[in-house]
Amino acid sequence: MASTLKTLFVDKSLCKGCGICVAFCPKSVLNISNEKVNIIDETLCIGCGMCEKLCPDYAIYLNEKEGK
Amino acid sequence: MTHEIIEKYFRKDMMPHIFCPGCGHGVLMKDIACAIDKLDVDKDKICLVSGIGCSSRATGYMDFNTIHTTHGRAIAVATGIKMANPELMVIVITGDGDAAAIGGNHFIHAARRNIDLTVFVFNNNIYGMTGGQFSPTTPTDDYGTTAPYGNIDQDFDIADLAKYSGATFVARGSVYHVDKTIRLMERAMLHKGFSVVDCMSNCPTYYGRKNHKGKAPDMIRWQKDNAVDSKKAETMTDEELTGKIIIGETHHDNREEYTAKYQKIKDRFVGGIK
Repeated sequence: MASTLKTLFVDKSLCKGCGICVAFCPKSVLNISNEKVNIIDETLCIGCGMCEKLCPDYAIYLNEKEGK
Repeated sequence: MTHEIIEKYFRKDMMPHIFCPGCGHGVLMKDIACAIDKLDVDKDKICLVSGIGCSSRATGYMDFNTIHTTHGRAIAVATGIKMANPELMVIVITGDGDAAAIGGNHFIHAARRNIDLTVFVFNNNIYGMTGGQFSPTTPTDDYGTTAPYGNIDQDFDIADLAKYSGATFVARGSVYHVDKTIRLMERAMLHKGFSVVDCMSNCPTYYGRKNHKGKAPDMIRWQKDNAVDSKKAETMTDEELTGKIIIGETHHDNREEYTAKYQKIKDRFVGGIK
């Protein structure tokens, strides 16, 4: 099952630490540390894409390739 | 998907953008690019015009033919572009103050003419760039730096203003409702005539802070909790709709478009007056 999931990427140079992705992530995959988004447990990610859709700074995204 | 859209339609060297942390304008700007991507139109046939304000910074980041004009005059400039080059898809990105206050006159008259422009109003209920003054869409009794005891003005509903001024496609989207907003933007761009999408944004820096609306995630969650679809809203009473935002298409008709009418006049004079 895990092979169908997309991999989560973070571009910390774009992140402003607003916390929208953390608030809307349904699985507690993310947190904010040092005012930047941080992936705490990628294995929990279900690839719903809420973080990618609601990130105003385009700092977090899922890749299109099959991963993991 | 976002990553490809940014690579394809944004000026990467201008990133990160100037918007405050948590500002919904970034999401709406990406929604416009996603909608354009679905349409599959040549980038060189699209012209983005903006006025002044936080929202109007968008044209600096988006890689199309772009013009950043003077305050409130985005629709006036866009009208000129459309009349000179009717084959271009002209899109106006404007804010609530830029569209409804400083450029209010241009807005209502472009709607009256039904010229084929697509106007995306990034509506954050406040003047963000200049320091949090109340705007025409700041709700009555809400606070701004120039309304320290509460706003006594009646606020404008941009969608209603557009509808009753003569716009032929009117809809409202929001930052939270990404997919729906992209669909509405796509339909607005395809529509032949004056189309307006009132995009509910959030200003955590001024509107949120002045009105104790919480941080950016709280403001976006408020949109999620208080949005009502326009079809469902038709069955609800005014009391039930108090404090709610109506999302979706709110008006659509097929009145004749302005540049087409103008072309008919021009055609009459081809080969001499008949």
